[in-house]
Amino acid sequence: MPRDTIVLLGVNHKTTPLAVREKLALTGGYEEPLAALGRLDAIREYYLLSTCNRVEVLFTCRDVREARRQVLDLLFAGSASREEMRNYIYQYEDQEAINHLFLVASSLDSMIVGEAQILGQLKDAFRHASSLKTSGLVLNKLLHKSFSVAKRVRTETRIGANAVSISYAAVELGRKIFGNLDDKRVLLVGAGEMAELAAEHLVGQGVSEVVVANRTLERAVRLARRFDGRAVGLDELVEQLKYVDIIISSTGASDLILWKKDVQSVMRERRNQPLFFIDIAVPRDLDPEINELDNVYLYDIDDLKHVVEMNKSERDREAVKARRIVEEETLKFTQWLENIELTPTIIELRRMADEICRKELAKTLGRLDNLSARERKSIEKMAAAITSRMLHHPLRYLKSDNPCADRRDKVNTVRTLFCLDNGNGNGEKQ
Amino acid sequence: MSFLLFQISFAGYFLAMAAYLVFFISQKKPVRRIARMIFFGAAICHTLNIIARYVEAGHTPITSQHEAISFFAWAVAWSYLSFRWRYTVKNFGTFVSMMVFVLMLFSSLASRQIMPLVPALQSWWLPVHASISLVADGFLALACIGSIMYLLQEREIKKKRFGLFYSRLPSLDSLDKLNQHCLSVGFPLLTLGIITGSLWAKQAWGSYWHWDPKETWSLITWFLYAAVVHQRFTVGWRGRRVAVLTIIAFVAVLFTLWGVTFLLKGVHTYAT
Repeated sequence: MPRDTIVLLGVNHKTTPLAVREKLALTGGYEEPLAALGRLDAIREYYLLSTCNRVEVLFTCRDVREARRQVLDLLFAGSASREEMRNYIYQYEDQEAINHLFLVASSLDSMIVGEAQILGQLKDAFRHASSLKTSGLVLNKLLHKSFSVAKRVRTETRIGANAVSISYAAVELGRKIFGNLDDKRVLLVGAGEMAELAAEHLVGQGVSEVVVANRTLERAVRLARRFDGRAVGLDELVEQLKYVDIIISSTGASDLILWKKDVQSVMRERRNQPLFFIDIAVPRDLDPEINELDNVYLYDIDDLKHVVEMNKSERDREAVKARRIVEEETLKFTQWLENIELTPTIIELRRMADEICRKELAKTLGRLDNLSARERKSIEKMAAAITSRMLHHPLRYLKSDNPCADRRDKVNTVRTLFCLDNGNGNGEKQ
Repeated sequence: MSFLLFQISFAGYFLAMAAYLVFFISQKKPVRRIARMIFFGAAICHTLNIIARYVEAGHTPITSQHEAISFFAWAVAWSYLSFRWRYTVKNFGTFVSMMVFVLMLFSSLASRQIMPLVPALQSWWLPVHASISLVADGFLALACIGSIMYLLQEREIKKKRFGLFYSRLPSLDSLDKLNQHCLSVGFPLLTLGIITGSLWAKQAWGSYWHWDPKETWSLITWFLYAAVVHQRFTVGWRGRRVAVLTIIAFVAVLFTLWGVTFLLKGVHTYAT
């Protein structure tokens, strides 16, 4: 009686282009697909994860090929061709599946390695699965384990500590300067894509207002509307410096648009509140000497890239540590799985021995009637002792941690020797 | 008895500093918890030491060099602890524990002999004036440490070269706020210390102000801090300039405490 196989099928940002991922994403929430999966007979426990970077389904089953066919047909048949599925969907089993899940949970498989969002998404997905009772003993244990692995990775490595993209770097610098970004205002000068991205990040971190200044007011208005902010003309730039804290500049201007003396003139009125300039335009928009002013910080695109590079190399070092933790936890979990695999065999073996012992005792004691209670007791004891002595070595063999012998082989050997499968043990795998 | 307690707290501060430094480099949270506990324990032993010394000497133990510096260290430690209770500043403990340890080191090098109190000091003004002044100095020391941390952090952000401090020190804003908080407690206490001193002088020597070196220097110190507080309040000075001025003012505090005693003689020179 072998255990079910754990299978993980999915697509992510590494293997699959966005155009395909879009089609596969489960946009309608988890309830419906989970309920639909419940109607399949090939899978036992299952759970679904769908984020903007990945769609993954994890399940346990007996017959992997059949289960794969059923699950894929159900989830993706309407949205992708067989060809696409074959090309893009990855499939992991058992130890590999466990390892992959742990990597995902610890954010090692994310687009931005170390970001914290994925764990929340994972927990949310699991909440849906467990409230619909679609996950059982194995998946519950596995997912809970993945949360604690993620936590361990987070506390024992510094993987989450570093910004790895330009806009992350800008946000992080902003935090080091202002502490809290909640009541800060951002001024976007020029409506470029990069500036927009950085602003999006800052808004995600809770900045209170976004102001957009652009040469053509029309574009400024359009962008401002996206962030619920207001638009101003480019000639009001210096005036606006009195009210904002973070300035992201990305105009296409060929000359500098803001000079040191402009900034100096507003500092008194700002009561020296810090100003943080981010110049991501090439050629540069802002006078590099602005950085010399007290309480004013200016970073251009190269400075930010430098921060990102520095963080990346540290992050890569941390990722190595994190992967080691994941490996370690994967092994531990596999061991747990093997142990639950072992348990039924041990129980059956004991039960069989007890059965034989009981039968033989009944036979023998039935023939000897003039025995005292004490003598009966002794005989019963002896019989029990013999069976447990006989079982001692087989059990020890099962439980031993000999790395050379595969646990499944050992289970098979013991089951065959003791005829535990009543002669029909050939339905087993391996 | 009091000396034993002194030694225990001295060793405690040393261990706390070592643990804090390990935490500072490694950023392992359990180490910080140990460091905090040791520091807290040492501060309690230190308090007991001062009480024991009070009992042994029969007067407030704040008159000799040893006692005054030890009391100063005690004030720094407890103003830090009182502070932590309200809000935390990342890795502040590391710097504070170093300062406390250095002060204790100086204190342990000075003579521990208990000197009988000269008649001029036999007054209840002694504990009031001296302890208020030293507690004020404790908060001013914290402000100075905060300013040093500010300058370290500001330098890395400004120069765009991120080394040891960038990730370990808190944000510039919180260091600037730290400076403001410490000054807003330290400066009024310093003022109060000078006022009580002047009242005592009137009682002991007959006039409020003598222009003896210590008085002069504490006035200079007061003016320096007044300038910081004033500039901050009116024109919104902050950041680097305030940090530099705070450090300079604290150097003046140290000079008032020791420089005056050793370099310039005056009525404040007692037990030597």
